[in-house]
Amino acid sequence: MKGVSFHHALTVREELCQGCTRCMRNCPTEAIRLFHGKAHVHPDKCIDCGQCMDACPFDAIVIEQDDFEKIFSYNYRVAILPSVFIGQFADDIPERYIYKSLLDIGFNEVYEAEFGVDILQTIGNRFSTYADDKPVISSYCPAIVRLIQIKYPTLVKHINLLRPPVEITAMYIRKKLLDRGIDPKDIGIFYVTPCAAKIAQIKSPEQQKPEDIFTGVINLDYIYNLVQSNISKNKKILEEISSDLPIPPLTPDAGLWSLTTGESSTVSGRTLAIDEIHNVIDFLEKLENDEVKNLDFLELRACAGGCAGGVLNPGNRFLAKERLFHRSQSMKEITLEQEAMICMQASYLQHYIKRDRIEAKAVFQLDEDISKALEKLENYQKVVNALPGIDCGLCGAPTCSALAEDISKGIADITQCAVLKLRRTDDNLAIKKVWGNSLEPHQP
Amino acid sequence: MDKRYAIPSGDFTHAGQASSEIKRLLKQLNIPPKIIKRVVVSLYEAEVNVVAHSLGGEVLCSIDSEHIKITVSDRGPGIPDVGLAMSEGYSTASQEVREMGFGAGMGLPNMRNNSDEMDIKTSPEGTSIFMNISFKEN
Repeated sequence: MKGVSFHHALTVREELCQGCTRCMRNCPTEAIRLFHGKAHVHPDKCIDCGQCMDACPFDAIVIEQDDFEKIFSYNYRVAILPSVFIGQFADDIPERYIYKSLLDIGFNEVYEAEFGVDILQTIGNRFSTYADDKPVISSYCPAIVRLIQIKYPTLVKHINLLRPPVEITAMYIRKKLLDRGIDPKDIGIFYVTPCAAKIAQIKSPEQQKPEDIFTGVINLDYIYNLVQSNISKNKKILEEISSDLPIPPLTPDAGLWSLTTGESSTVSGRTLAIDEIHNVIDFLEKLENDEVKNLDFLELRACAGGCAGGVLNPGNRFLAKERLFHRSQSMKEITLEQEAMICMQASYLQHYIKRDRIEAKAVFQLDEDISKALEKLENYQKVVNALPGIDCGLCGAPTCSALAEDISKGIADITQCAVLKLRRTDDNLAIKKVWGNSLEPHQP
Repeated sequence: MDKRYAIPSGDFTHAGQASSEIKRLLKQLNIPPKIIKRVVVSLYEAEVNVVAHSLGGEVLCSIDSEHIKITVSDRGPGIPDVGLAMSEGYSTASQEVREMGFGAGMGLPNMRNNSDEMDIKTSPEGTSIFMNISFKEN
């Protein structure tokens, strides 16, 4: 197991953080602690799921992105959008307006990320899975992959090693442009991300390579604003100038891929789709206990509704989903001409279709040395029994057990517990009305 | 370190509590994933056995730096034919238990396959199963 930290896209802006503890209490991996009234994220435990950002009422948690102006350092600029981007716009804005605006703001070509699904289906005749153990777990959501790496080491072998469709799309486009004779230095391929996890994945040193898949990443809300203002300014002429604009190819299956059940419904056998990170955690506990039998494939997504629930999406996720379903009804299968174009790149892509093996990361260990870890564990047990067990968060840790863990590691002190202190004072009658007279530790 | 868990008879909703907690502790000790999996499977099967077949009992887990020793004891009625119970697919589980998705007859064989050492003592007064799993990967 490696101890290397992940690349992270989420950062706390200390000047805005009020220390309200909401992010800390919402973090599914207990990665956040409060120091001097500000939230601090533990880099080994953060999986970039974005729950903290969603919970923050002060916009103090932000997702890093590349400067949009960076795209103009490249002569040939490609935007790769998640399908859910289209779902962010009001229904009376036609898709062609959106595509035309993306060209207007500076891109030469636009593709939907899920086109990679069509590429994979075309070159493999089906959606393939590569994993050592069943049920195979989808590798589509990077926050889920990281969650399993840090919290469920025994399940790492279930993760599908198929490269995510978004990377296949980017590799396909880059190869096509190179074949056209465009200088590699002139090609800029930018992903428009609906969440933090996808940025973190793209920027991770352990991923990327095959000729550097993405040149940069721009947040979906940023591009949404540029497109929306272009549409507002040019509404009158957009009808005419976008009338014969070709819409990038995408099949109905691919168009719905990023929504809950979008992937699982195309895989054969018994499948299950679970969305929202806490639901996923509950389920993975069961799977790790070997309580789940006879399933072949699991589609697990960190956000409710799949990518429609991405934290950077400005729109309503249910409306976005409805729009994608509605448009999928008029989407067509891949034409023979498109199929031929994909097949020309098949041998190149097949070479990279599998990603590197995924390693577990031991971030919950109390000590490298097992005897010392055991000692700390005994200490942890004692402390956890002494704490009130109400998870109030006033100590700066999300739960009493998290504080106990920090104490056993020597990075926190039991005097941080405000409830123990209050219970020991005789004169605080108002508090005693709430919590009773008992000085007894709780029984877990 | 010792951890003790009471297991009431017939309460399937809480079967798996001991294995879940032990699993968390083993991760804190950075035990290799393969070994954690073996402990969890053995312990979970043992818990379900006590819930499904006995009048109630308890699990005692003793953890040191080299292994985990698990002792599962119940208050009867005992296993009539241990040899038969150890064969895969043999089950005495009631229809009710099977309908809940348990009782496939893999309990004892699974426990044996996943532990380094296993010993069963049974009489009508109760059954006691001892398992030892080493933390060293072989």
